[in-house]
Amino acid sequence: MKRPLALLAAAALCAAGLAAAAAEPPKRDDGRRSGFDFMTREVQAIQRDDAQNPAMLWVQEGAAVWDRADGNANRSCASCHGAASEASSRMKGVATRYPAFDAAVQRPITLAQRINACRVDHQQATALAPESQELLALESFVAMQSRGMAIAPPRDPRLVPFRERGEKLYRQRIGQLDLSCAQCHDERAGARLAGATIPQAHPTGYPLYRLEWQGLGSLQRRLRGCIAGVRAEPFPYGTVELTELELYLMQRAAGMPIEAPAVRP
Amino acid sequence: MARALITMPATAKRGEIVEIRTLIAHPMETGYRAGDDGQLLPRNILRRFSCRYDGEQVFSAELFPAVAANPYLTFCTIATVSGTLEFTWEGDRGFAQTERVALTVAA
Repeated sequence: MKRPLALLAAAALCAAGLAAAAAEPPKRDDGRRSGFDFMTREVQAIQRDDAQNPAMLWVQEGAAVWDRADGNANRSCASCHGAASEASSRMKGVATRYPAFDAAVQRPITLAQRINACRVDHQQATALAPESQELLALESFVAMQSRGMAIAPPRDPRLVPFRERGEKLYRQRIGQLDLSCAQCHDERAGARLAGATIPQAHPTGYPLYRLEWQGLGSLQRRLRGCIAGVRAEPFPYGTVELTELELYLMQRAAGMPIEAPAVRP
Repeated sequence: MARALITMPATAKRGEIVEIRTLIAHPMETGYRAGDDGQLLPRNILRRFSCRYDGEQVFSAELFPAVAANPYLTFCTIATVSGTLEFTWEGDRGFAQTERVALTVAA
């Protein structure tokens, strides 16, 4: 009985450490756990230390891309939003609000799609490919500025039907294995799928560095991996279905602190 | 897009042990994996890392295919004189990258 107790104490310490980093009053425990709490201490240590976290390589690249002029307009992100060095204040909290409704396309868009919309409209540059290193770099740089802040999905009534469809998809059994997201991540969270612990699927740290990927990836990559895992055909990147799922997951994780860029096994 | 992050103190007292932590972006492709077409992906790894402090080598390492992508290396040296630490990574396909960080040593 000694070891489980010691582990519990360690988990409590981690939680306390995170809460301190977020500088927020301790909230009532509602049973929600970040994927961080399901990791081994060794992997947690990589995420806690920015000098070790390989995702910081993308953040560093993102800061460089931010200041670099591009496209026919010859403008950079910095031309509108201020230099990368000031971005910590200008971009603070942005990642907590996405996906958000975009009036131009009349649907919710993710942070990556927002970055690409900016590129096309304001920089008059070509959109970056999904999961391209440059897009992930910019996304991780922006997400990093919200680290420690609570996830705050917008209370936009136009998002409601999309979010409801997302929840429906979350509970829909799909694929040859006939499994829904909820069957693993609600009903069997904490149990094991082969050697891996099933987390509660709260997207608190995206884009994140996954040891299995040996690189940075977005939430959509993770979702596509899960969908292929139950042997269903994954939705292509950027489709509204993936955005709807992301909308629901962010609502489900509302109030949890952003850890981006996180590390996962 | 080779990027490197080096974390170390900017100043130290003479005789103090300084911890240096390095992280570099590199795929470390082993040469044993097959690509989408079933063909082996050619090996592309870092072979050697070295750190010179004021011209003198204080640390070096050889890297092999079993090392994960984006290698993280950490080591210590003793602060002796104010100078530059020069970090060099060398690898397959003529990969070579050098970063320099200044260290100020107070008596």
